[in-house]
Amino acid sequence: MTLLARRKLINYFALTLSLAAMSFGLIWLIWILWMVFEQGIGALSLRLFTEMTPPPGVPGGLLNAIVGSAIMVSLGMLMATPVAILSGIYLAEYGGRTWLGRATRFVNDILLSAPSIVIGLFVYAIIVAQTGKFSALAGAVALGLLVIPVVVRTTDDMLSIVPSTLREAAFALGAPKWKVITKVTLRAAKAGVVTGVLLALARISGETAPLLFTALSNQFWSLDLGEPMANLPVTIFRYAMSPFTDWQQLAWAGVFLITVGVLTLNIIARIAFRPMRGH
Amino acid sequence: MNITPDNESLVPEISMRNLDFYYGKEIALKSINLDIYWGKVTAFIGPSGCGKSTLLRAINRMYDLYPGQRAEGELIVCGKNILAKDVDTIGLRAKVGMVFQKPTPFPMSIYENIAFGVSMHEKLSRRQMDDRVEWALTKAALWNEVKDKLRQPGTGLSGGQQQRLCIARCVAVKPRVILLDEPTSALDPISTMHIEALIAELKKEFTIAIVTHNMQQAARVSDFTSYMYLGEMIEFGRTDDIFVKPKDKRTEDYITGRFG
Repeated sequence: MTLLARRKLINYFALTLSLAAMSFGLIWLIWILWMVFEQGIGALSLRLFTEMTPPPGVPGGLLNAIVGSAIMVSLGMLMATPVAILSGIYLAEYGGRTWLGRATRFVNDILLSAPSIVIGLFVYAIIVAQTGKFSALAGAVALGLLVIPVVVRTTDDMLSIVPSTLREAAFALGAPKWKVITKVTLRAAKAGVVTGVLLALARISGETAPLLFTALSNQFWSLDLGEPMANLPVTIFRYAMSPFTDWQQLAWAGVFLITVGVLTLNIIARIAFRPMRGH
Repeated sequence: MNITPDNESLVPEISMRNLDFYYGKEIALKSINLDIYWGKVTAFIGPSGCGKSTLLRAINRMYDLYPGQRAEGELIVCGKNILAKDVDTIGLRAKVGMVFQKPTPFPMSIYENIAFGVSMHEKLSRRQMDDRVEWALTKAALWNEVKDKLRQPGTGLSGGQQQRLCIARCVAVKPRVILLDEPTSALDPISTMHIEALIAELKKEFTIAIVTHNMQQAARVSDFTSYMYLGEMIEFGRTDDIFVKPKDKRTEDYITGRFG
């Protein structure tokens, strides 16, 4: 066999192998999406957005769960994002090489990989057990705690890859450090930081475990942050496990909504905030 | 060594006396004595690692950004020893501007790129700022090319235009001294020509110190040249003298291309 023929053969094998591996991974993803869409679209109706979660055997929707999820997710993001972005700035621009900075990064990485159920139990212990009841506020705190490490990490990383020449250029004009950070560095890293925030948002939208121990769920309409609040993930969990087909239908509809929401967020994060060319 | 060439009145804008510079424990500049004269272009040449960029970065205290870097001795800029502890580095950098090797437009519009530095030091009305932006862009020979797209991002310009934008940004603050750290090494020959023509214009109003790897460039644009080697200043004098009849054998070897 000539050298060229052998090289082509090896190339052919390697290509086949990697294509097969890629297809294997992709098949599951497509299968999941296919199932969610097939089952979910069938369960879609206007009712979903206008009626409350029903008892078994009665028609109903997911309005309270959708609104509850929206409230807790927004509140969690609102509490966590500023803290996380400021921490990321600290790590990248101020204390990254100090003892405190290194320790913070280490702890943050641990938090990043902490199972969400641990966070749920933690909030259960410090809020739910103390106040004696499940509440939407506890749910929002648990979700916020999940957001922080993600956004700290992405902010830190995105600021760190801003070339130091850009910082030097701003300092060379006589800008004080905070101006350099807010007007130049952060602006250069904006796309990455916003992407991190969106990905964190996508992540907590589907989290079930932390809400199970904190906000629990609520069959009825409630906007009271001190009370249990309905939300999509826990509703899906309860309805999907039930023996009633109409509840199972609603669970599929909920899964569909979350999937479409998260998918949309991911696509927005990828397209709209694609890093600017020409840097 | 007497380093002040005679004839014609030369006013030192920057004076270095026994200036040492350290990166941690490593010494990068050894007892530099040198005057940079007002309204003149002073070029620093020498092989890589000779300390010429380090020298430039001492003048605006750029090294402050990096822990472990320090300068010792005397470095007098506009009458003040800027190595003193209580020096206002922000005020210093308003007087001493700097342009870097790679064009570094900020992620904002062309207009904002210019206004950014100005707004750090002066409170200008909208109208005054418009005028200042136009003035600076005109000085940097960029106005005609960008006057219709001031709101567009600075990153959208060509490399040569970006570098002139950086010069305009620096000029806009109205410094007394402009430090150019290999300002054309990332540019094509045409853009380089533009920048060199610009330097000749700017020296009418500003004192210029330029670091360059390109000896022809030093010969073309500068009035004074300093040859540096391994952290020492080997020779300093009028550019014509340095290039035509260098006193030091090492200078001669370098400019005749025997090494470096």
